Amino acid sequence: MQEHTQLTQRQINEDLLDTVLSTPRWWLPATLVAILVFLIGASAFGYMLNKGVGVTGLNRPVFWGFFMVNFVFWIGISHAGIMISAILRLTQAEWRRPVTRAAEVMTVFSLMSALMAAPLVHVGRPWRADLWVFPYDFARGIWVNIRSPFIWDPSAVMTYLTASTLFVLVCLIPDLAVIRDRTKGWVRAIYSILSLGFRGTPRQWKLQTVAGILLSALVLPVFVSVHSIVSWDFAAQIGPEAWHSTIFAPYFIIGAIHSGVSAVATLMVIMMWVFKWDKYITRDHLDSIARLLIIVATTWFFFFFLEWVFALYTLEDPEIAMRDLQVFQWPWSGMFIVFLITAYFFPVPMWLFKKVRRSLFWMFVTTIAVNIGMWLERFLIIVPGLMRRGHFIFDWGSYHPSIIEILMVAATFAWVILGMLLFTKVFPLIPLFDVKEGMVFRDEIKIGRRTIPASIRE
Amino acid sequence: MVTTQEKKTEEKWGMVIDVDKCIGCQACVVACQSENNIPVNEEEHFNQRRPIQWIRVERYWEGEFPDVKARFIPIMCQHCDNAPCEPVCPVFATYHNSQGLNVQVYNRCIGTRFCANNCPYHVRFFNFWEPSWPESLKNQLNPDVTVRSRGIMEKCTFCIQRIRRTERESGRDGNELKDGDRALNTACVNACPTDTLVFGDFNNPESRVSKLRKKEMDDHHGRGYKMLDELGTSPNVIYLKKVDKEAKESSTH
Repeated sequence: MQEHTQLTQRQINEDLLDTVLSTPRWWLPATLVAILVFLIGASAFGYMLNKGVGVTGLNRPVFWGFFMVNFVFWIGISHAGIMISAILRLTQAEWRRPVTRAAEVMTVFSLMSALMAAPLVHVGRPWRADLWVFPYDFARGIWVNIRSPFIWDPSAVMTYLTASTLFVLVCLIPDLAVIRDRTKGWVRAIYSILSLGFRGTPRQWKLQTVAGILLSALVLPVFVSVHSIVSWDFAAQIGPEAWHSTIFAPYFIIGAIHSGVSAVATLMVIMMWVFKWDKYITRDHLDSIARLLIIVATTWFFFFFLEWVFALYTLEDPEIAMRDLQVFQWPWSGMFIVFLITAYFFPVPMWLFKKVRRSLFWMFVTTIAVNIGMWLERFLIIVPGLMRRGHFIFDWGSYHPSIIEILMVAATFAWVILGMLLFTKVFPLIPLFDVKEGMVFRDEIKIGRRTIPASIRE
Repeated sequence: MVTTQEKKTEEKWGMVIDVDKCIGCQACVVACQSENNIPVNEEEHFNQRRPIQWIRVERYWEGEFPDVKARFIPIMCQHCDNAPCEPVCPVFATYHNSQGLNVQVYNRCIGTRFCANNCPYHVRFFNFWEPSWPESLKNQLNPDVTVRSRGIMEKCTFCIQRIRRTERESGRDGNELKDGDRALNTACVNACPTDTLVFGDFNNPESRVSKLRKKEMDDHHGRGYKMLDELGTSPNVIYLKKVDKEAKESSTH
């Protein structure tokens, strides 16, 4: 099915360690821009700390806005890692190999962004939020309220973050050993500490492989739990009645996979463009991920449709009021149309064409479109849901973000980009050992007239 | 606690609001603002949709000119027995006390605004800004009530400071809590010129609120209803609906 170029191990090392051992010319300016955007956002946060949450566009009744939208968005993006590295690893999809690490690293940094967006800048008194996200001060006998979805939420996200970080680290060990052997002086000292004395003995390889498989199996429950819990932030409420729906958990999960896998595809295109790694990430890989995306997107659309059916079937006033806002009231109606087109009706028919699936440019455009659409989806759930065009006409209100909120949200994007840039400078973004392993699996030997694989699978 | 006497049962504070009597004068709103150290709501706050009004009088217009009717309904925290705001707070900043009050612990609050989202009555308020008062009003602040800083939620407390003070003083003097005592009544009740608002103890069968509840929550003749009852929050505020003479007589009601 796939075209194979045989590469020597030396060539793989040279190609993939290029960013680590030498600095590309664009790296420093790009990093500086990301740092600058992040610092501007951090200053905006400082301004908000000084003045109060009043500097945002939030009001009564729309108490949650941009921060919460971006929290859900980043958690959604983070589902890429688990989908690619755990599920595809366990189902032994070969094409996952070059993108596992990039997906996992994006997971780690987008989870950090999510934590920045929701508990940190979102609350009224962030300096006290540590009492809630982190284990509480049990010595004083004060316990957190475990009935609150806002306790489940940080627990799930922290579990996910821990698991993903461990996963990245375990998969890094053999590559760190390779870098250790190619550097000198204090750099070598650091890498030799990080590589934990990995020398490539059969026992070490076995342990590393087993750890990887175990982690990917253990992380699977998180795959279902994290975004379910995020959805319960909304679905467990009775205030905005339009949110009070049992379909929210699976609907959010499949939405997260949709946006996450699209983000990985975007990342693949960027890696092919920027690092010229087209020998490792090939158009076959893009083709495979686009096929996967067609399935994911269509499943997501089915759940989206179901959610509407559930809502309309009840014919309850608050549900109808929210749907009316989403579909018929400007500016939500405009966003709704853009959301439908970008999240489903533009990309999915495009992916049906082989030319699109194998084109870097079109894959970039379509997958970015998906994430624009999925961002709007969260916005359209949260803000019109909270506007609650129901019982109290007296309290109707709307929401538009302030410049401070936009700057802080831009900072969360900058944080992910910055994290990825720093990571590429220090660690290889394509796992060397995984690519080599894939090549070994592809080797075939001839015994008599039969051709059989040179090695059996894990 | 300085209570000397043994209490048989704890109080269960509640309110009955006769919407028929409300003339929309907003005296309750002003009384509440000054009793509870609520910052002055200036035009800017309303434009931002961030006024803090622990009690508000909602005004609804009915009919076309010249047949216009104004309808008023005072709304404050309903002190629900099954309050949706309570389970969602991650830090127990809001909980139910033994007297049926839904209380807010300002020191614990971290400002997630989850409770406000989950309140069907829109009666929770967030301090978007540091509260401020004009110089001339600095000396009117109530020393019994905390001034809330920015970043936390607040809401109607049924003037818990007045309840506590009366309890303390009656315990000291050996008196029983009197129903309808002006020192015990909430500020809004005291300020109401038309006796729209009645405050009292639902656990005391002799109190005015208990009698009104018994009379008005009757399925066939009563005017009583609980706001958004279908959500199952079981509020401790009972509304008595407007007497509408032009409305068609129905056989069951």
